[in-house]
Amino acid sequence: MNQWNNFSKGFFKENAVFTLLLGMCPTLGVTSSAIDGLGMGLATTFVLVMSNLVVALIKNFIPDKVRIPSFIVVIATFVTIVEMTMQAYVPALFDSLGLFIPLIVVNCLVLGRAEAFASKNNLGSSVIDGLGMGLGFSMALTMLGSIRELLGSGKLFGTIIYPEDYGMLVFVLAPGAFIALGYLIAFINQVKKEA
Amino acid sequence: MAKTESTLKNMVLTLLVITCVAGASLGFMYELTKGPIAAAKAAKQQAAIKEVVPGFTNNPGDEMYELTSKEGLALKLFPAKKDGELIGVAIETQTNKGFSGNVKVMVGLKPDGTIINYQVLEHKETPGLGTKMADWFKTDKGNQSILGKHPKKNNLTVSKDGGEVDAITAATISSRAFLDAIRVAFDTYTENQSSQPAVTNTSTEEGGAE
Repeated sequence: MNQWNNFSKGFFKENAVFTLLLGMCPTLGVTSSAIDGLGMGLATTFVLVMSNLVVALIKNFIPDKVRIPSFIVVIATFVTIVEMTMQAYVPALFDSLGLFIPLIVVNCLVLGRAEAFASKNNLGSSVIDGLGMGLGFSMALTMLGSIRELLGSGKLFGTIIYPEDYGMLVFVLAPGAFIALGYLIAFINQVKKEA
Repeated sequence: MAKTESTLKNMVLTLLVITCVAGASLGFMYELTKGPIAAAKAAKQQAAIKEVVPGFTNNPGDEMYELTSKEGLALKLFPAKKDGELIGVAIETQTNKGFSGNVKVMVGLKPDGTIINYQVLEHKETPGLGTKMADWFKTDKGNQSILGKHPKKNNLTVSKDGGEVDAITAATISSRAFLDAIRVAFDTYTENQSSQPAVTNTSTEEGGAE
């Protein structure tokens, strides 16, 4: 598999949200606005790249039976670093994502890539895989966040498109996340079929 | 390179090394971000005081004192003075009745207890619902706004509970929590006025507001 494949598969063919349906907790939880979705996606991307990098580096030292706890410790470390950094430099975004930042630890996308890819491949491929998967995840979250923000509160990245009173509140709520995600997946599947 | 065998010694050693490295790097990051986090929080506090009690000339952060509410919550009070005269007090209040965890609000009261303005500092409410409290109770629409109201003269509870404030759509619990935080601030402030010489010295009409 060449490196371009490793990178691009995260966007479409193996997109975490649209195809693998991994990481549903933040996908449904924080995408009530585009900027939250993007912030969450980028935070997850950082964790993915760094944990893939470290896991690829130390994979030979870790005995098989304790690999999952080892990966989780590595992932949790990077999540805490992201959490502290965001709190220090982007407090507003940190406030709006709140609880979902520490929850990146249990995002199965991150552990999934560490276990399924980084522990079997070399350093370069693992980093590129993490980057592709993470950016694909960010793209999916931003798309979903944009749709929900636009339909629900009449805004896009905080810019008012139409008055909020005409928005459909359901799209800001949890059911709206399921509805929007369902249609988005259906649409992507249709495009894939035709391609 | 050969893969490390899964013997007990190897497993214990590996986990030990990994957790030690993780712990050390987190400690390092903590030291690194401690300053900026504290600075960001202080800047936020200063900005919040400015918003809820505009026009002061002293440094309310220096004259801050703490009070404990009846519920046992710690409140921080920042007296805002203009040329030595008390124009209001910014109260960092909180409640544990939020939909998920504590809600912290900075509320500005005039010396007689009228609400000047507020700012939500910290909360863990549902994004898109409870989070609306940041602007909801300032918006002059229907009976949403609590600005310029007095917790003694106006019944500041949500309309569902017989009050005169419209709750946030689909976030009644968050609205209740928010109003509860305001009530805690007002009650604690008025109850402690007589025992706080720093406050009563500068404005004498406060006893009448009780």
